[in-house]
Amino acid sequence: MIELQQVNKYFGAVQVLNDISFAVNKGEIVGFLGPNGAGKTTTMRILNGFMPATSGKATVAGYEVDKAPLEVKRRIGYLPENVSLYNEMTVSEYLDFVARAKRLPRREVAGKVSRVCLQCGIDHVANRLIGPLSKGYKQRVGLAQAIINEPEVLIMDEPTTGLDPVQIIEIRELIRSFAGEHTIIISTHILQEVSAICRRVIIINDGRIVAEDSLANLTGDSTTGGSLMIRVAGDVTALRDKLDAMDGVVSIKQSTSEEPGASELIVAVEKDRDIRRAVAETVVGSGCGLLELRPIRLSLEDIFMQTITRNV
Amino acid sequence: MNFLPVYKKELRSYFTSPIAYMVMLFFLLMTGIFFMIIFNDFNQASMYAGSPYGGGQNLNITNHVVRPLLGNMTVIMLFVIPLVTMKLFAEERKSGTMELLLTYPLSDMAILLGKFFAALTLLLIMLGLTLVYTLFMAIHSSPESGTLISGYLGLVLTASAFTALGLFISSLTENQLIAAVATFSILLIFWVIQWLTPSEILSYVSINKHTENFIKGIIDTRDVVYYLSFTVLWMFMTLRVLESKKWRG
Repeated sequence: MIELQQVNKYFGAVQVLNDISFAVNKGEIVGFLGPNGAGKTTTMRILNGFMPATSGKATVAGYEVDKAPLEVKRRIGYLPENVSLYNEMTVSEYLDFVARAKRLPRREVAGKVSRVCLQCGIDHVANRLIGPLSKGYKQRVGLAQAIINEPEVLIMDEPTTGLDPVQIIEIRELIRSFAGEHTIIISTHILQEVSAICRRVIIINDGRIVAEDSLANLTGDSTTGGSLMIRVAGDVTALRDKLDAMDGVVSIKQSTSEEPGASELIVAVEKDRDIRRAVAETVVGSGCGLLELRPIRLSLEDIFMQTITRNV
Repeated sequence: MNFLPVYKKELRSYFTSPIAYMVMLFFLLMTGIFFMIIFNDFNQASMYAGSPYGGGQNLNITNHVVRPLLGNMTVIMLFVIPLVTMKLFAEERKSGTMELLLTYPLSDMAILLGKFFAALTLLLIMLGLTLVYTLFMAIHSSPESGTLISGYLGLVLTASAFTALGLFISSLTENQLIAAVATFSILLIFWVIQWLTPSEILSYVSINKHTENFIKGIIDTRDVVYYLSFTVLWMFMTLRVLESKKWRG
């Protein structure tokens, strides 16, 4: 659905995108992750035909953005980072304009407008002017204009910036409800957003792609390998020695627990081995009280920091 | 060409904000004052015409009211049109609505024509309102219809030429005030340039030179071509600006 091949972009002498290549399949929701100024918005603007790449090829819905911009633009919906709308228009007037600008058949315009109003929860403000609406409503109007043509590809640039927590959850729900029918690419620097919505992540830093994988693979969402956290009550010196001697254990670190009278052990486990049962038996056998045992997953934050610092 | 959505949007934005009404009010007020003064003078002169102490030969309303009035209207348009065109691109750039507009399946030409015709429509309505003066004259006297037709044709062509230049300037800046001042200054330069030196070329380039014939009642293809090429030139330049902004990002 979306494909970028060796895309470079210069603003004057400054290179903002460096050899960006990736592909997004139909129906996927991909998170485009990166610190501020990494080139997320620029990439999205190249995809939506706002500005051309200096070199390389961008293809959306089977059309090259440079060669058939109008065909591409008919098949996308774009939500910019700062949604600027025509403040002197009412919501329905504005959506009516967008529907016509996106060349929907005249008969369908009114129906489509009321449909997206319902879908985005703005039907009760449809006859109000956009200007005085709250940021959350404006964001929804922005979302409504993006999806009014039922685009094959939805491009969203930081869709939840500036919203309050309730609005953020609502907008995310809304975005998730588009999954399946639309191919979605979302840029953000908020990591929970990615874990809440996306199944695949592309991490970009300094205009380069530094990581690209499924969320599960990136965060090590598996039962094998990684580390285990054990919280035990009682004396842990004997237990430490026993665990150390176990097959599959790489190292043990002890840390103090918030819980009084308890200690925590972080056990690093060999790759691709599941020793949770053995560890539990050892702990119980040693006479210490087992309070908690859980695998430690890498959070997206950890991965993000790792990939970014590794590449600096 | 899908320019109707933009055309309707711009026209609505003129009439939902005070701009259209302010501009029309100002224009009608100024032309109304001039009409009153000119008509009054004509009235006085025609009363003296019968007296043995003075008066005019060949005193007629076309010569003494219609022509000066058309001339004044052209000059007042010089002030008014920059106010109409200043927002067309500058405002969208400043407020950021341009970003979304450029991601819709509209060609640059469609956006440009939509904006151009919206401004021109407002100006046509404005000029249409001044037909009240003509009606007044037609009731009380008999102005030549030929002069009126050629005069108004000249005004419409002038409006389209001025609008095209205004659009071009508006596409260059984010600041509406700069757009208005620059448009006015450049139009004024085109107006007075023939007085700079008695050069054949400069007088051809000057707007002033070409309005004269229309006001006299002469429709000369050279003048029509001048206005149309003036319009097309600035429209073309605006298209180039829209394209180049994209490349520069």
